[in-house]
Amino acid sequence: MFSGIMEINQELNQAYVQEHPNIRIALVGNPNVGKSTVFNALTGMHQHTGNWPGKTVALASGTYVYGDQLHEMIDLPGTYSLLAHSREEQVTSDFICFEQCECCVVVCDSTCLQRNLNLVLQTLEITDRVVVVANLCDEAKKKQIEIDQKRLSEQLGSEVVMMSARSKQGLEELKEAIARCCAQSHQRKQVVIRYREELEEAISAICEVMGHSQIDHRFAAIKLLEGDMRFLEYVEHPRQCEEVIKKQKEYLRDLGIYDHLEDELAAAIAKRSAQISDACVTLKQANYYERDRRIDRIVTHKVWGLLLMLALLTLIFWITISGANIPSELLAKGFSLLEEQLNQWLLMLGVHEWLRALMMDGIYKTLTWVVAVMLPPMAIFFPLFTILEDFGYLPRIAFNLDGFFRKAKACGKQALTMSMGFGCNAVGVSGARIIDSPRERLIAILTNNFVPCNGRFPTLIAIITMFFAGMLAAPWNSFVSTLLLTATIVLGVLLTFWVSRLLSCTLLKGVPSGFTLELPPYRRPQFGKVIIRSIFDRTLFVLGRAISVAIPAGALLWLLANITVDGVTLLTMISSFLDPFARQLGLDGVILLAFILGFPANEIVVPIIIMTYLSSTHMLELNDLTLMKELLVANGWTWVTAICTMLFSLIHFPCATTLLTIRKETGSRKWTLVAFLLPTFIGMLVCFLVSHIALLWM
Amino acid sequence: MTLEEAALGQRVQVCDLLIQDSMRRRLLDLGILYDTWIEPVYDSPSGHMRAYFVNGAVIALRDSESKRIQVRERG
Repeated sequence: MFSGIMEINQELNQAYVQEHPNIRIALVGNPNVGKSTVFNALTGMHQHTGNWPGKTVALASGTYVYGDQLHEMIDLPGTYSLLAHSREEQVTSDFICFEQCECCVVVCDSTCLQRNLNLVLQTLEITDRVVVVANLCDEAKKKQIEIDQKRLSEQLGSEVVMMSARSKQGLEELKEAIARCCAQSHQRKQVVIRYREELEEAISAICEVMGHSQIDHRFAAIKLLEGDMRFLEYVEHPRQCEEVIKKQKEYLRDLGIYDHLEDELAAAIAKRSAQISDACVTLKQANYYERDRRIDRIVTHKVWGLLLMLALLTLIFWITISGANIPSELLAKGFSLLEEQLNQWLLMLGVHEWLRALMMDGIYKTLTWVVAVMLPPMAIFFPLFTILEDFGYLPRIAFNLDGFFRKAKACGKQALTMSMGFGCNAVGVSGARIIDSPRERLIAILTNNFVPCNGRFPTLIAIITMFFAGMLAAPWNSFVSTLLLTATIVLGVLLTFWVSRLLSCTLLKGVPSGFTLELPPYRRPQFGKVIIRSIFDRTLFVLGRAISVAIPAGALLWLLANITVDGVTLLTMISSFLDPFARQLGLDGVILLAFILGFPANEIVVPIIIMTYLSSTHMLELNDLTLMKELLVANGWTWVTAICTMLFSLIHFPCATTLLTIRKETGSRKWTLVAFLLPTFIGMLVCFLVSHIALLWM
Repeated sequence: MTLEEAALGQRVQVCDLLIQDSMRRRLLDLGILYDTWIEPVYDSPSGHMRAYFVNGAVIALRDSESKRIQVRERG
């Protein structure tokens, strides 16, 4: 097959795609059915997937080749239904209706087929070019759920492919089925759902006067009856249609049916789904869900559930911190050896001293700090977190914490965006799309920054290690570091609740809206794929961004530290200017400046602090923590300074990327400004209080 | 009785949806409508929310919604 070779030539394909029209395939399915896994398996593109509903929120497209033909597949957002309510559902529904697709693939979860059939049947109402995928066959097999493929295919009037996308089972069959579907000539399709008699009469009446339409007549008639008048644009005789529609609506209203039209339609589809499911699905084991139930009874337990959450969080941090120690040290040692070499080479090349200093003392030092301190924790944290995600644990977190969000008049799904914020706040912000209510979505966006992202972990861990735990012997040092880090995170979570509550009572008043949260079946995480995916998708990406900021930041820092005006360096001038104000917050001018310069990326805050202090003294091994503590103390640090710096790191303005994402998601400059000011103001307040109370206490 | 009042593990049947807003649509889409069998399975530790087993999936609803769903027991 060409597909294998073509996967390697993906870039060439992109150019080809632009120039040549190709076969378009829409990919739809309920949230959390492995749709993206199918997408990745077919197109070979890397896209992150996680085991909780509603993850895929943006349109992605990829290509594959089969039988000499280029196929373009569009991954539509997961949706429960095409009778739209949220933005995502509207996008999916409109796409299938109005975009020209040669084939529509509906992915289903074999372990709960009945619920998935809702979407399948709705799709079949729009088009007959459908291929149904019964995914997660391996899970169904484990639960002894059998699906009669032939019968299902007959009932639905379309091809059914049994798949286990994770293990690439059924992939070839799917490609074949899609090809057959695209090749078939358009024929009068079988009616899959029959509504009650009166409705059918009304539908027929409208269809009769419609004339020619590129959209399926029956479907258009139903939508028009529902009140979606856009479909009039696609019929040949709109005015006649309108009259008939009006008449039919009155007729139905007199019968008392029109007011419950939604119910009627939904009920008919649900009934048909149940019929098909009963006919085609056999449950060999009545309690196939027992294993999940047992796990969930513990996970959602009144006492154990919350403790387990805390324990897991602590465990992940502990593994991250203790696992990252040695690699960080090794990297630091390696970099300083390399530094000597590079310095020698630059000298040999006869490079000007100031340029050498700019490159090495400025850029190189900052860059290597960021890599040595950031990379190991990230490389450990992201895979661990992704495993938890893949397993399906995250919706349980939302379920457990919903009561607290309810008190804050916010949505329980905010727990999910909060979790995403751990990796990267920008991802947490765009992930807020899973929250339907605009008010609650905004609350989730504005409070996302209270959860520290992977860029802020190094700051927190570095200060904890340098000031509090570094002196202790292993393993106590990791243990204490973990506790302090967990405590800081818990504080961030509490702040999220309080500030959400505050926002609900002031700027974003409103009533809590209803929402549904699906707790998907637990799935065995694919450990190998998780590690590879986390490394490429997340770790390298975030690291890349940090590096691209560290280089100019290092250069800028060096310039500020070495350009003097009247014998005073620019750096000293700015930090002295900021100093009085910073002291009020328990910080000093240098720290505050570091946070300001760290606006593009939080990772560089600690390197800036260290290097600024160093620039007035000179030359230190950056990988010796005791010496660094001495450096800090020599520059006026006390334990209060350390705490205030940690607090400010936790509670300050979002980084540039996050702020840009907020601007994009909210489309509002006002709210972006609020997003900037809110955590900053609260952070300053907290630091102010802590530093002054500590002063009184001492 | 309302769905909220049903006990954990008690299998009940939906007989009325007293919800008229967009939530109704969402429930219909999940297949929660007249004559659907539904069973409360877990309570949220932070309260005011329960998870229900319906149509082969587990869906969590807040009590503010579940108390607007009328159910009946079937022998």
